Order: sequence, then structure tokens, then C-alpha cells
Amino acid sequence: MPAQTVTKTVANFPAPKAALPAPVIPLPVKIKKPSQLKPVLAIIARNVVPPLVVVVLLLAIWQISFGHQGASLPPPTTVFTEAYDLIAYPFFDYGSGDIGLGWRVLTSLERVAYGFGLAAIVGVLIGALIGQSVWAMRGLDPVFQVLRTVPPLAWLPLSLAAFRDANPSAIFVIFITAIWPVIINTAVGVRNIPQDYRNVAKVIRLNQIEFFYKIMVPSAAPYIFTGLRIGVGLSWLAIVAAEMLTGGVGIGFFIWDAWNSSRLPDIIVALAYIGITGFLLDKLVAAIGSFITRGTTAN
Amino acid sequence: MGAYLKIDRVDKNFKRGSQINEVLSGINLTIDKGEFVSIIGHSGCGKSTLLNLIAGLTEVTNGVVLLEDKEVNAPGPERAVVFQNHSLLPWLTVYENINLAVAKVFASTKTKAARHDWVMWNLDLVQMSHAAHLRPAEISGGMKQRVGIARALSMEPKVLLLDEPFGALDALTRAHLQDAVMDIHLRLGNTMIMITHDVDEAVLLSDRIVMMTNGPAARIGEVLDVPLARPRKRIELASDRTYLKSREAVLKFLYERHRFVEAAE
Repeated sequence: MPAQTVTKTVANFPAPKAALPAPVIPLPVKIKKPSQLKPVLAIIARNVVPPLVVVVLLLAIWQISFGHQGASLPPPTTVFTEAYDLIAYPFFDYGSGDIGLGWRVLTSLERVAYGFGLAAIVGVLIGALIGQSVWAMRGLDPVFQVLRTVPPLAWLPLSLAAFRDANPSAIFVIFITAIWPVIINTAVGVRNIPQDYRNVAKVIRLNQIEFFYKIMVPSAAPYIFTGLRIGVGLSWLAIVAAEMLTGGVGIGFFIWDAWNSSRLPDIIVALAYIGITGFLLDKLVAAIGSFITRGTTAN
Repeated sequence: MGAYLKIDRVDKNFKRGSQINEVLSGINLTIDKGEFVSIIGHSGCGKSTLLNLIAGLTEVTNGVVLLEDKEVNAPGPERAVVFQNHSLLPWLTVYENINLAVAKVFASTKTKAARHDWVMWNLDLVQMSHAAHLRPAEISGGMKQRVGIARALSMEPKVLLLDEPFGALDALTRAHLQDAVMDIHLRLGNTMIMITHDVDEAVLLSDRIVMMTNGPAARIGEVLDVPLARPRKRIELASDRTYLKSREAVLKFLYERHRFVEAAE
């Protein structure tokens, strides 16, 4: 029996001998409970401490550069004292549009959710079409290659004219920004579906729709999520810019409003909100992607 | 017309631009129900193409493939294929991989409970029920191929097509799987066609061995009957005269009369 296990491993992995003692190693780590605290601390030390040091250093440089009288930008201390409300209470609501930045970010996120959600669905469908059909690719690909280079904000006047309302226009700008990477990556993923999977589908006679959701989507999922991740990043970039022009409640308009009333500390706090939200969005899509595609990449 | 599976004057050409590449020419073969036939030949002789023609995955250029007097012109579950590299879907478990086929093929003829039992029955047949919940990445190469065989059998094919099913396995695992396939053939009496380049495998498993000449325009060179009684035991056969003679006949065909010529490119 042991001999058989070894040879089976040979068929799978090229280096069987080195792999043999592997199962023994993780055991002692799991048994001893007190020692579990140490690795956690080590992970924190590795991942949290270095960026913290850098942030403190940057704040120090900023403070030194702009701390003197008559500086053009406020130093961190001024930002903290003047915009304390915004930093400490993200979800206040004093009425008549005077609301916390948390609410504003959520408003912007809602627009992103609509625009990006639509882009994801339409993008995957068009991408699948381009990946499957040579003629769809020949016809659509050059058009898309041109359209995708148009900057997001350049679409805004047209969409304002078409929708005659700020909110759907902003959502359309998100949509048109996020859809290109989704289309292109999905198409590449579909083109890379192994012929074997297609043959399996043919032998059991899956129809087009079954093939789409049983074979195509799972097989292309890693590519699709790469596209979605790029798309969500671009959406967040575009929404802030679009809101500056369309007005309303979002975080983008808040920055424009603060600029018009010369509240520089507020702008700086808003930038931090935007950055952190964008970071979390990216991580969220990446996490969903790696959860859904677990097993797909390993073969 | 009697024959279960009939391959009648089949040619296959591949076109690449203006260049026509003749792969198979004038293939005639009839296979009876319950027969185990191996197709052997050097690599590149078009034996996989022949299997794909029977499977319906590629179309014939001239001639016709008939299964029970019906023309084969598209792939289908009655001609299930065991692929060379198992071709299990990595995002599905072993159970789900087989159920994908069972759910589709028996969608209207079996109830859900009956389909579940049928999936488990086929897993039992290849001794893989213990791994039903595992994903392909978590099982060995031999186990994957067992599941591939179970998936093909679960479609209740009229003809089971095996495309070098054990080519990627080590010798010991391969022997285990050959025994498993012989056992299944004995129990279920399936008609099976297997592509192989292993002489011993061909002689051990087959009722008849179809030997292909080298391409381009490969033909069937010879068909050898292997009149060994079943069930066959590999150890007893090692010194059996009929076995050795059949083996010699295939070796002579492959290495004397139709030696593999390296392409002159």
C-alpha cells in the first residue's frame, strides 16, 4: 500500500520524495494553544507596523513643511482641530445637507453599486459573446478599443444631455468607465477555456445557456474577477470626478463645495475617506473573487 | 445491416489555408455489440482523430459512421468519451462532476433520488464513493481517471470511447485501472473502443486490435483477433502462448513493417 501511494503521487507531482514528510509538520503548531498568539503578533508586526511608521514620517514632514505662519496648505494639526467633526463623527446629520462624510461616501457608493453592477452584468455578457464568436470579436473589438480610451468625464456632457438629470448621468459615467476592463478580461477568459471542457459539454449536450453558466462562467471566473477589480477601481475614480460636476450629496461634490468655501482641512479629510474607501472596495472585490474562484485555478 | 458500429469508407482531411492535409484514408471497420477493440499506432497516425470521428467531435470528410444504422454527425452521450487527461471540471466535486452528466442525460427519465443513486452506483463501480465530496485537485491522477471513467459510464453509452485513458499514469496505477476497466467490461458488457500506444495494454484488454499505418493518409494496416478467454489475469497471461504470439504480432507490425519515421521537417 505505501508503495502504491508513492507512485500515485508521482503521476501528479514531479517531486514526490520531498513532499513525503510534509503532513507531519503542521501538527505541533495546532496542538499547542499558547503559541498561537505569537504568530498573530508577528503578522501584525510585519504588516501593520511598517505602513504606520511611514504614515507618521509623512505626517511629520508635512507638519514641518507647512507648520509655519502663512503656509499655503494647512498642516496636520490644523486639519485635526478644524475638521475634527468630520474625522470623529462620520455619520452625523445636522439637517439641510449638513451631513457626515460617512453618509456622503455611502451616497457615492450607491451610485457606484448601480453603475458598476450594471457594467459587471453587461460586460460579462458582451465579453462572453466576443470570446465565443470570432465575428463578434472582429466587429466589436476595434470599436471597443477606441471607446475605452475616452476619459470618463468626456462622456458626462453627452449623458447629461441624454438623461437630463444628474444622478443617472453619474451612474452612466460609472457604467461606461467600468465596463471595458470587464469586457476585455471576460473575452480573454472565455477564449482560454480549455478545449477539453468544451468537448465534455458537447458530449453531454449542454445547450448554450447551460454551457454559459455551468462551464464558461466558472472557467473564466479568475479572468472575470481581474476585470471586475480593475473596473471597480476605475468606477471609484470616475464617481468622485463626476460628482464634482453634477453636484448633489456625494463625496466628490463635497470636495468641490469645500474648495468653493475655502475649507482646505475638510478637503484633506475627504481625500482620506476616498482613499480608504477605494482601498476597501478593491479588497472586497478581490476577496469575493478569491472566495468564488477557489478550486478553479488549482487543477 | 447487422453491425452495431460501422465505419464505412471514411476519409478525413484537415484544411489549413489552401493546404489539404490527408489524415485518414479509406477506413472500414465494423464493431459488434459488447466487443472491446483497441486502436494502436505510432503517435501522429491519426488514431485520436478516428476516435473523435466516432465521438462526433470532428466531422468526416468522406464516408459515414453508423451506430445501430443511424448516422453519427454530432457528439452525444450514447458515445461517451473518457478523455486522455480526465477533463474533470476543477470547480466541481467528484460527485458534482458526474452529476453534471447524469442530470443532463437523465433529466426527464430519472427522478432526482434515482439520479443520486445512479451517481453513487457509478462511483461505487470505480471504487471512488469515498471521494465523492473531494475536488479533482485533491485526488491523485489515477483517481481522477477513475472518476472520468465513471462519468462516461454514467451516461449509459452504447459505445464507450477511451482516448489513451491511462497514458498519463505511472505503470502500477495503470495496471490497477486496466483491471478496473476489464472488470467493468465483464460486468456490464459495454462496447468499448480504446486508443492506446501500449502493446501490452492492447493485448490484455482487447478482443480485437486495430493497427494503423503511419500518416499522412493513415489506413488500417491489420486487424488482429486476440482469442483469449475472459476473465483474463495478467500474471497467468505473462507466459501464455496465445498472449505472447498476439503481442509479437503487434510488435512486428509496429516496429518492422511500419516503423515510426520521424517527420523530416
